[in-house]
Amino acid sequence: MTLALACCAVLIVFATLGTGPLPVNPSEVLDTVLRRTDEFDFVVLDIGLPRACVALLVGAGLGAAGSLLQALTRNPLGSPDVIGFDSGAAAGALVAMLTLGVSDRTETAVFAIAGGGVAALVVFLLSSGARDTGYRIILIGIGLGALLDSVSAYLLTRSGVRESMEATRWLVGSLNSSDWPDVIVAGLGLLILLPAAIALGRQLRLVLLGPEVASALGVRLGFVTGATLAVSVALSAVAVLAAGPISFVALAAPQLAARLVGQRRMPSVVASAAMGSLLLTASDLIGSRAFGDSDLPVGVITGGVGGVYLAWLLSREWRRRM
Amino acid sequence: MLLAIGALLAACLASLMVGANPLSPAQVWAGLLGQEQEAMDVVRGGRLPRTVLGLLIGSALGAAGAVMQSITRNPLADPQLLGVNGGAAAAVVTAISVFGITQPGGYIWFALIGAACAAVLVYLLGTGRRSASNPVRLLLAGAAVQAALQSYVVATMLADPTAYYSFRYWDIGALTGRTLEDIGPVVWFLAAGLLGMMLLARPLNALSLGEEAGRALGANIPGTRTASAVVIVLLCGSATAAVGPIAFVGLAVPHLARLTVGVDHRTMLPASALLGALLLITADVVGRVIAWPQEIGVGIITGIVGAPVLVWLVRARKVGRL
Repeated sequence: MTLALACCAVLIVFATLGTGPLPVNPSEVLDTVLRRTDEFDFVVLDIGLPRACVALLVGAGLGAAGSLLQALTRNPLGSPDVIGFDSGAAAGALVAMLTLGVSDRTETAVFAIAGGGVAALVVFLLSSGARDTGYRIILIGIGLGALLDSVSAYLLTRSGVRESMEATRWLVGSLNSSDWPDVIVAGLGLLILLPAAIALGRQLRLVLLGPEVASALGVRLGFVTGATLAVSVALSAVAVLAAGPISFVALAAPQLAARLVGQRRMPSVVASAAMGSLLLTASDLIGSRAFGDSDLPVGVITGGVGGVYLAWLLSREWRRRM
Repeated sequence: MLLAIGALLAACLASLMVGANPLSPAQVWAGLLGQEQEAMDVVRGGRLPRTVLGLLIGSALGAAGAVMQSITRNPLADPQLLGVNGGAAAAVVTAISVFGITQPGGYIWFALIGAACAAVLVYLLGTGRRSASNPVRLLLAGAAVQAALQSYVVATMLADPTAYYSFRYWDIGALTGRTLEDIGPVVWFLAAGLLGMMLLARPLNALSLGEEAGRALGANIPGTRTASAVVIVLLCGSATAAVGPIAFVGLAVPHLARLTVGVDHRTMLPASALLGALLLITADVVGRVIAWPQEIGVGIITGIVGAPVLVWLVRARKVGRL
């Protein structure tokens, strides 16, 4: 199933390359990559492929981060914004763009990651030391998130329409200007973090059996909690650095994967990652092709695609149960 | 409880006194009775309607959040998650961008209908026809619908700068600029919702013991769920329609109420309404003082005032679990 999801994602990449203003068919893509022809260098190597790779990698990272957090908090709404990362990243980016006048994308992303990291750290410090950490993380995370969202809203209403619209565009997250450096960042990040995420996923599966059972089986609860938070924050940070804060993938991918694979208690990290890739590449295909010339930021589409898909899966379950 | 009532009265008095033109309690009294022209204009013209609005909206949001968290048995449930805010926002954006309506009084009906449609959709997706619905499904359906609608809102705004300009002020939620005539009909919906909430206290108590036990105690579970959904739509749908989305009140207030009066819905629901009104009016007063003589929208302040309170309570004591 995981393999099928990954294959679908790759197929969509070829579909995206094959339907642009200058269509390139799959064999021509392979020829270009293998340096057998340089006719399509600009379309494939400079624009199409880096964008597709960023979509695949960022989607996988977000999916993995979501599945870890949902297992840790035991809540289907567990995603990077529950621990305050997304709100912190948005506030950080807005401070950079609207008060400090930063216009460079990478610098903005660094501010965003700093904001998100600080927020996540504060949530972790404030919630540590209790027996029922998952529950406390949720409550403190949403509290801090609300605080930061208020700051963001204030900054947006206090600045000019043009600047705040520009900022809104960034906050949505986009693949429109993806380039090879973004691919390298995302690729290296995933290379390090994904194995860690998979290992943590195994431990979290034991934690789901109950804290006492997990301790008896040799799981160090405090370490697993801290490491899970750190890894999922790092995965989200990689995504922000490569593509900006893209919403809803981290929340939807694990739930979609769980429904397709049939593991209700905790969708596997790998399946969620594949689902995330699929979701993001499909959203990118729709965003860049379905609305004529306006190349909509992918973050606008992920909510639509993921939301409608999840709603459809739910309605199918509903009919089956009738 | 008495303390909360006292604090609420004090907050109301402060709300009548504080502003760009500060008044003494004696002047407020004179204004209320119509003995002094200037004070009468300020108090009856601006601050009294605003305070009444704050009382109504705050208690509606607090109560709606409490019913919602009880029925879904999830501490993260808030009006936004039923798709209510998303539906209202999508309808308002459509009203602004397609029909060119920019006055709050003009799009209140759009918002109300949008909120109701979204909530009905979420409810249909989130509950099975015969089978006992599971709360996780309801939350997922809400998140899916909310994300899809949010995508539509952002896409429309990015395409239409004038809509963005009007919408970003609706989006933060404010008690100003809305007269009681504007929201006249909504007041009746709010009153009906608050009345319905009181009737739900007993069934919700039975349900909180779990579905099996609730049924054994004679609770009509599908009926309770449907009635709760109607109450939630009445309360937060009309509140959102009247003043825009106000975050955090519906989420935090039920937690505060459970901490102070316990989990019995007969006292917890009124306490939520009371604390919601207290939080909103306090936030409104703070918003007027903090940037005096300018004002900051109450939707921004609720997060800044409420979040530290929530975090402190979570850390200081064991938060009442659902």
